[in-house]
Amino acid sequence: MKLGFSAADELFRQECADWLNAEMAGEFRDIKGITKLTASPERRKEWEQRLGEAKWGCIGWPEQWGGRNATLAQQVIFAEEYARAGVPGRVNHIGIELAGPTILAFGSEEQKRRFLPDIAAGKTIFCQGFSEPGAGSDLASVRTKGRLENGAWIVNGQKIWTSLAHISDWIFVVTRTEEGSKGPKGLTFLMMEIDQPGIEIRGIKQINGDAEFNETFFTDARCPADSMIGAVGDGWKIAMGLLAFERGVSTLGQQMAFRNELDELIAAAKANSAASNPLIRQRIAKAEIGLRLMRYGALRMLSNTDHSKIDGAALTYKIQWATWRRNLGELAMDVLGQAGEVTEGSEYEWDTLPNLFLYSRADTIYGGTNQIQRNLIAERGLGLPREPRGDV
Amino acid sequence: MEFVFTEEQAMIGETARAFFAENATSERTRKAMAATGQDAGIDRELWTAFCQELGLSGIGIPESAGGAGLGLVELAIIAEAAGAQVAALPMLGSLALSAQALAAGGSAEQQAAHLPGLLSGAVIAGYVHDAGITANGSSLTGSAGFAAHGSSAQLFVVTSNTGAWLVPADAPCVTVTPLTTMDQTRPYARVTLAAAQGEPLADPAAAIAAAHRAGFVAVAAEALGGAQAALDRTVAYARERVQFGRPIGSFQAYKHRLADLMIEIEQARSAVYWAACAVDEGSEEAALAVHAAKSFAADTFFLCAGNMIQLHGGIGFTWEHDAHLYFKRARAIQSMLGSGEWHREQVATMILGEVA
Ligand SMILES: Cc1cc2nc3c(=O)[nH]c(=O)nc-3n(C[C@H](O)[C@H](O)[C@H](O)COP(=O)(O)OP(=O)(O)OC[C@H]3O[C@@H](n4cnc5c(N)ncnc54)[C@H](O)[C@@H]3O)c2cc1C
Repeated sequence: MKLGFSAADELFRQECADWLNAEMAGEFRDIKGITKLTASPERRKEWEQRLGEAKWGCIGWPEQWGGRNATLAQQVIFAEEYARAGVPGRVNHIGIELAGPTILAFGSEEQKRRFLPDIAAGKTIFCQGFSEPGAGSDLASVRTKGRLENGAWIVNGQKIWTSLAHISDWIFVVTRTEEGSKGPKGLTFLMMEIDQPGIEIRGIKQINGDAEFNETFFTDARCPADSMIGAVGDGWKIAMGLLAFERGVSTLGQQMAFRNELDELIAAAKANSAASNPLIRQRIAKAEIGLRLMRYGALRMLSNTDHSKIDGAALTYKIQWATWRRNLGELAMDVLGQAGEVTEGSEYEWDTLPNLFLYSRADTIYGGTNQIQRNLIAERGLGLPREPRGDV
Repeated sequence: MEFVFTEEQAMIGETARAFFAENATSERTRKAMAATGQDAGIDRELWTAFCQELGLSGIGIPESAGGAGLGLVELAIIAEAAGAQVAALPMLGSLALSAQALAAGGSAEQQAAHLPGLLSGAVIAGYVHDAGITANGSSLTGSAGFAAHGSSAQLFVVTSNTGAWLVPADAPCVTVTPLTTMDQTRPYARVTLAAAQGEPLADPAAAIAAAHRAGFVAVAAEALGGAQAALDRTVAYARERVQFGRPIGSFQAYKHRLADLMIEIEQARSAVYWAACAVDEGSEEAALAVHAAKSFAADTFFLCAGNMIQLHGGIGFTWEHDAHLYFKRARAIQSMLGSGEWHREQVATMILGEVA
């Protein structure tokens, strides 16, 4: 058991920090410090490409596909330095964290050649088409249909809550391709180009006033057969494999963003003397401890190479961070008081902490709600009986 | 960076778990709980076997001081295994606190005189800390109410915030009063010093710091082991007990509570081994980590043990069932060596500064 990094790793850390700081002081200084997912999308796509050119886009990937074959320690370091330098989150996080690894694991050689270098180069932005109006937690109830016609899939139906679809190039969708099938059977995983007449995207306004997610309508939308991942009927297996990638190294970058939020909260508490209130001090200490435990939980999960047993740190990670962040949002409002409930501008737009308070209500919903996480933990982690399925 | 056990560490864990599961049985623990006088709350045979046959008592003590080397990570592994069985042993007072204080702050002569006895189990030491203990030269006056396994100790390591001394239990002007204690696996004694002679440790600051670090980590690890055992035993019951025609573990209200316990335990596990590793590596995070580990793991254990009673129903409230052993041990760990509030206030001071 060892927590410290080697001297070579520390040199690598310096290299990352130097490059990132130079970029954020130079050509990309206008996007430094952005925390909102929807802000300056065009500039941030350019940033994705800059990362790609310099081979910093997907450093953990094999060199063949545009990565650097970076070690785990190096990936950890890059993620940490990325957030420390105030670089905004990756607009293509779905591409690099979900679509890429899925293609790497389940795609054909031809598909790897076609998609991976472009994702690593920041040229193809992906979004995720899983949820539907009738299929949320119960993803296996998807109804969006796909049928094969003259060597192409024709897709009809609707997805919802599709984050960043309005700025994406491609969408991966789980479709029902076997007529009359139910549940996890008869589903197929397709990669579809968004810019086509059969796909329409409409923004949905969220509680913080922003519109990060969308409704996505498919009306005889086309998908060439060679953009199917895996085989017909493999959709469920691939979707589940994809969800497992959600707990990768990127979690460490996400934690550095949380670090920045907690630091901002601490600064606010010092500025308005909330930091002298013993109850607030206890809660800030708890938040600090929780964040550190998240880091070490993630390092345990990433260091673990024994995949024969259920990894408790990995299984509990989503609900842990989501709940931590929701609590942080509530603590932020208790620190700010009423000053957090008003904003100077005339737009319904919020600074980091009030926005955190609003946005963090989504953290315990997307990617599997807290209730669904508890079901998974109880069933997979503790071996308790499965939820009975109804037939309504 | 590799935050997993080495092969050697995994092996120590297996050995320790097997040893305690086989020997620290409920029956033997209850016999120790019922004992009085010098044997109150101690399974003597188990302690001798642990120190002499298993040979793990020197872990965390440098080889130069007669120990087995290694560090707090290994000590935590052992404390976790002992905690899982709520073993009735003087491990905390004698090894994690007193032996660590001696190894860090005792002179070579003091170490040579006392460590071999502590590590072999022939001598049991108690750790007495009270800020109000005053020293007039080497004459100590004061009283400390909560010396764990104090009635069994032949030697006390006495600390105030500024000094550390060795005081034999049978020295003149030393009174040891056994206290009927809620957690009978670790009964307290009140130690009163009325101008008793203390032998000062060579480096008191180092002794106190080492005892605190090791003590916080050891009780946190013990709490982790206890919490996991409380969860495991409840999960086993949830699978077998049937009500309303189905196993109670199939009810979502029940399942979700167990899931919540697992979520806390996973964090407590990160906390304990982060803290132990940070101390061993001399990381600058160590000071914060030991407070995090103690407060977080103690609260986790109490949450798990409380739920263990609730989720067993009536049987969980009986003396016969082991749930109360965990519950009482958990409560004791929350209070000892600084409350959760105190530890969190230390963290708050590190990140926010003192209260303005
Ligand atoms: C900000 C945001 C971004 C998102 N981005 C995307 C995206 O990019 N792509 C995408 O595909 N989806 C996305 N989602 C959708 C998200 O995955 C779903 O909202 C989520 O899976 C829950 O589904 P639902 O909204 O239909 O709620 P429901 O499943 O209807 O759940 C409603 C309530 O019932 C509870 N519930 C449901 N089933 C159970 C059960 N078995 N036991 C106990 N309680 C239960 C839930 O916990 C919840 O509290 C996003 C959501 C949000 C909020």
